[in-house]
Amino acid sequence: MEIDREMVEYVAELSKLRLSEPEKQLMQQDLTKVLQYMDILNSLPTDGVEPLTHVSGVENVFRADVARPSFNRDKILQNAIAAEDGCIKVPQTVE
Amino acid sequence: MQYETAAQIRQALAAGQTTAARQTEAYLAQIAKYDGVYHCYNTINEQAAEQAAEFDKQGDKEGPLAGVPVAIKDNLATEAMPTTCSSKILQGFISPYDATVVQKLQAAGAIILGKTNMDEFAMGSTTETSYTGATKNPWDTGHVPGGSSGGSAAAVAAGEAPLALGSDTGGSIRQPCAYCGLTGIKPTYGAVSRYGLLAYGSSLDQIGPIAHTAEDCALLLQVIAGYDEKDSTSKKDVQFDFAAALQNADLRGKKIGLPLNYLGDGLDAEIKAAILAAAEQFAALGAELCEFEMPMIEYAVPAYYIIACAEASSNLSRYDGIKYGYHPERFADLEDLYLTARSEGFGLEVKRRIMLGTFALSSGYYDAYYQKALKVRALISREFDKAFAQYDAILSPVAPTCAPALNASLDDPLAMYLSDIYTVSVNLVGIPAISLPCGFSAAGLPIGMQLLGAHFDEEMLVKLAAAYQQKTDWHLKKPQLKEAE
Repeated sequence: MEIDREMVEYVAELSKLRLSEPEKQLMQQDLTKVLQYMDILNSLPTDGVEPLTHVSGVENVFRADVARPSFNRDKILQNAIAAEDGCIKVPQTVE
Repeated sequence: MQYETAAQIRQALAAGQTTAARQTEAYLAQIAKYDGVYHCYNTINEQAAEQAAEFDKQGDKEGPLAGVPVAIKDNLATEAMPTTCSSKILQGFISPYDATVVQKLQAAGAIILGKTNMDEFAMGSTTETSYTGATKNPWDTGHVPGGSSGGSAAAVAAGEAPLALGSDTGGSIRQPCAYCGLTGIKPTYGAVSRYGLLAYGSSLDQIGPIAHTAEDCALLLQVIAGYDEKDSTSKKDVQFDFAAALQNADLRGKKIGLPLNYLGDGLDAEIKAAILAAAEQFAALGAELCEFEMPMIEYAVPAYYIIACAEASSNLSRYDGIKYGYHPERFADLEDLYLTARSEGFGLEVKRRIMLGTFALSSGYYDAYYQKALKVRALISREFDKAFAQYDAILSPVAPTCAPALNASLDDPLAMYLSDIYTVSVNLVGIPAISLPCGFSAAGLPIGMQLLGAHFDEEMLVKLAAAYQQKTDWHLKKPQLKEAE
């Protein structure tokens, strides 16, 4: 798999990353090299093999739907970019 | 240091020969003296001495870690100290809660010394991707301590803590232990709650102990293991009991598999010799050594990096510059805020892995990369199931070389990923493994080996490692420390 510049820009956009020009060149070079190495997986037949997403084998876990105290609001808000009236204040999201 | 292991400290405390305050102050003094050279810590617990004195007055002296100082990796959430993952994007973050393992340490009587340095978001094998600067290997300051739990390992090796917690997503406990001459356990997936461990690869991450001895690892693992309703992947009814495993050094009847293809091209000759010598030692202890092959190792690194990066790209999408951590001062609108925070807040290796994972999950490539990697993971898992049907444990190298020189790894990411070849399968399959010292290179750097076990068979690994450590003294060697100039 060869990663071209257009692909680097597309993946950066999906990743919400703004890359500098040198970073773009480096990513193109590194991702190409790493993905070309990863192509070794194609030499291994996996027809009929079920993908293994999780190793613990646990089933869905349920608990009683009972209200419990949540974290201290001030302790959460002290980390936020801005707070107002006990809420996180963000830049306008809808025009 | 008068006492070097947690077991010794506990004994001395119980006999009234020392106090938690005296122990804690001794470690704080060691940190003050040496951390300028090694940079093991991101944050020192300013309250440690006071908490230890308080413990001496009215703490529960019966706790399994009563009065024992412990260092913890900076990706474990703490209410009383910052939690940064050694990333700019989390500078200033104070968690509103303590990780379950931190609560358990405190309930067991441990005194937390501070938060240790690591590769940024645990992404790296050298602790050089840290935003706060590299940690140095106490055995040779020209070399890395390994990673990503390099700060935790270096702290124990430099006598800046008797015990530490690390986390292991692809070898991040075991490899630094090998590079620093220490013993560490990557527990079975689900043995230890991940609640409060800042996520990297959620299906791979486990928290585990780093110490000088298997005995100390067992002590710490017993404290942190167990079901937690806040981590639905933690297993119910996990109850380790290492007492019997630590007492009986007779290995007769135990079968240890030695995969010969793990000792082929690419493995340093000195390490190969040390592993073979360790195999002989196990045989001398009564174990039966059985040579076999595990050919799937060839596919472990590519499958691992696709899965780990895919999970990381999803987990790290939460860092938006709004909720916590680094907030850019200037931005045009919401989109610009996201982009600026993430682009300025993440380091290069983290960006690379987010990009790689996002690519592997993107439309058109999902099946060819992510799904394919999950199928390969299933095949690797089958190979291990087959091996554990025959053997009680598998003996393997931890890393192909001893600790690399500083500034030698980051320029070639693929080469760095390939150096994880012996460790990543364990995480893909979810099994436990113990890493312990088994020699030194001619240049004086530690060599480690690892023993891999079946799911939840940590007691077997502790038994084998403790038996080995009763007959050898590699784990007792200490580096010649350097003071800051």
